[in-house]
Amino acid sequence: MKEYPVLGNKDTRSGFGDGLTALGKSNPKVVALCADLTGSLKMNQFQDDNPERFFQVGIAEANMIGIAAGLTIGGKIPYTGTFANFSTSRVYDQIRQSVAYSNKNVKICASHAGLTLGEDGATHQVLEDIGMMKMLPHMTVINPCDYNQTRAATIAIADHVGPVYLRFGRPKMPIFISEDTPFVIGKALMLNEGTDVTIIATGHLVWPAIEAGKALAEKGISAEIINIHTIKPLDEEAILKSVAKTGCIVTAEEHQIAGGLGESIAQVLSRNNPVPQEFIAVDDSFGESGTPAQLMEKYGLDTPNLIAAAEKVIARK
Amino acid sequence: MHDTNLIELNNFCSQVRRDIVRMVHAVASGHPGGSLGCTEYITALYQSEMNHNANNFEMDGKGEDLFFLSNGHISPVFYSVLARSGYFKVDELNTFRKLNSRLQGHPATHEGLPGIRIASGSLGQGLSAGIGAALAKKLNNDDGIIYTLHGDGEIQEGQIWEAAIYAAGNKVDNIISCIDYNHKQIDGDIDDVLPLGDIKAKWEAFGWQVMEMNGNNMEQVITTLRLAKAATGKDVPIMLIMKTEMGNGVDFMMGTHKWHGSPPNDEQLKSALSQLEETLGDY
Repeated sequence: MKEYPVLGNKDTRSGFGDGLTALGKSNPKVVALCADLTGSLKMNQFQDDNPERFFQVGIAEANMIGIAAGLTIGGKIPYTGTFANFSTSRVYDQIRQSVAYSNKNVKICASHAGLTLGEDGATHQVLEDIGMMKMLPHMTVINPCDYNQTRAATIAIADHVGPVYLRFGRPKMPIFISEDTPFVIGKALMLNEGTDVTIIATGHLVWPAIEAGKALAEKGISAEIINIHTIKPLDEEAILKSVAKTGCIVTAEEHQIAGGLGESIAQVLSRNNPVPQEFIAVDDSFGESGTPAQLMEKYGLDTPNLIAAAEKVIARK
Repeated sequence: MHDTNLIELNNFCSQVRRDIVRMVHAVASGHPGGSLGCTEYITALYQSEMNHNANNFEMDGKGEDLFFLSNGHISPVFYSVLARSGYFKVDELNTFRKLNSRLQGHPATHEGLPGIRIASGSLGQGLSAGIGAALAKKLNNDDGIIYTLHGDGEIQEGQIWEAAIYAAGNKVDNIISCIDYNHKQIDGDIDDVLPLGDIKAKWEAFGWQVMEMNGNNMEQVITTLRLAKAATGKDVPIMLIMKTEMGNGVDFMMGTHKWHGSPPNDEQLKSALSQLEETLGDY
């Protein structure tokens, strides 16, 4: 099992904030909008550096999405920032008509996604956002896994013409992707080559997947671990190449099973090479208050559950 | 303004109204009522008051005035005015609402119809988009003006008021918005569906400068638009409350909400066309 030394401990939202700060210096077309969550989204530095390119819209997310769409008419590249729940379900029709259908170059940047938002509870813990966003034609959907990948993704999407949904989170997590790893939209990242089982993870589930890989190796199981950060467009080639070797797959994400990465992968497999699949994801339930670690354990999104799912899916081969 | 210009503009309107009723009749669907009511306003913008480039459409519209139709269901009047202003061939009006057409039931950008900058139809979104375009103009040091048009029923949508607060609070003073105040929506009279109260007082309370006009009187529309343009650049967004008659120009379509989204049959088309002079040649 390849070693992934922990390079630090930071929240992915800080990766977004730092990426946006870098873009503020490098790309004069980039503008940013926020709906009264500048501190939570780590957008303060961009605001301080570029007051004329920062738009505080207040608690009015629908208007924020519409203004962002309008700013593209005039050549701007708007980044909107609020919690994932308010970035998606609250403004779904605005995104659908003014951004996706109109194919506007808006980057919808969403923090505090999933259960790891923690104590605020289910009203804020959106677990359906990947599904909503991936269903929209024209939309690219990205869920990076650590600080460095989030920073790189934030910078990379400025060069992609078209709407993007970028999803990240609140808690501090291990940094394990090196700073110089290039971020290529739509390209899976091979973390560990293996032969017995494929584990594909996205977002906050990638680190537990690496830890599961280590534990499985100690049991003599060779796990191939792949990070898919771009849920749409999906790197079908990487998925099919891996399962052709391993013959089974575990998918892992901080999202509902319905509408998630695992569902997209199941579609690819059923069309091309059906193999047993286990899903590490929330099973048709809302979240609740608790610490991130407690919630990830209760809803089965942790390393022990990944290990068990890998053993189960191997037995189904 | 010169009387000759006024005559030409009114002749243009007569042809646009013919186009509207013929378009919705041809596909037995579409929204003639609001289209007929807003004919003078959209004609005045594209034929007289906006600085725009019809022959070389560019999405960013640098240096141009831009118009956003928020109440996208009145697409027939928008398409007719765009075509007859040179954005695309008038013959294309024949394809309205048909399969594989660029003239979708509600305006859309995906097939690249010149003149359309954003999709509209789901109501309440065009003011936000217009504000965004206005902010981009300010960032680009572009002195073009943004125009938006809304139905009166449309301002029941909450997003409109989010945008209203934003524009006044941030001194977006390069936007002239307009409400088609025909006092009717699909289910009936505004007062029977959801009364809007004193909309002038509401917009003024939200920090907008409000001007009123009769939207079916071309001279008043032109005069008011010129006053509104002169009032831009003074830290305050501008709202025109435009009284119109739904179905204006076709006697049996006036004074009722029933022609909001209903097309005329063959006999009704004949009657409508007999009331509207063919001034520029039917498509």
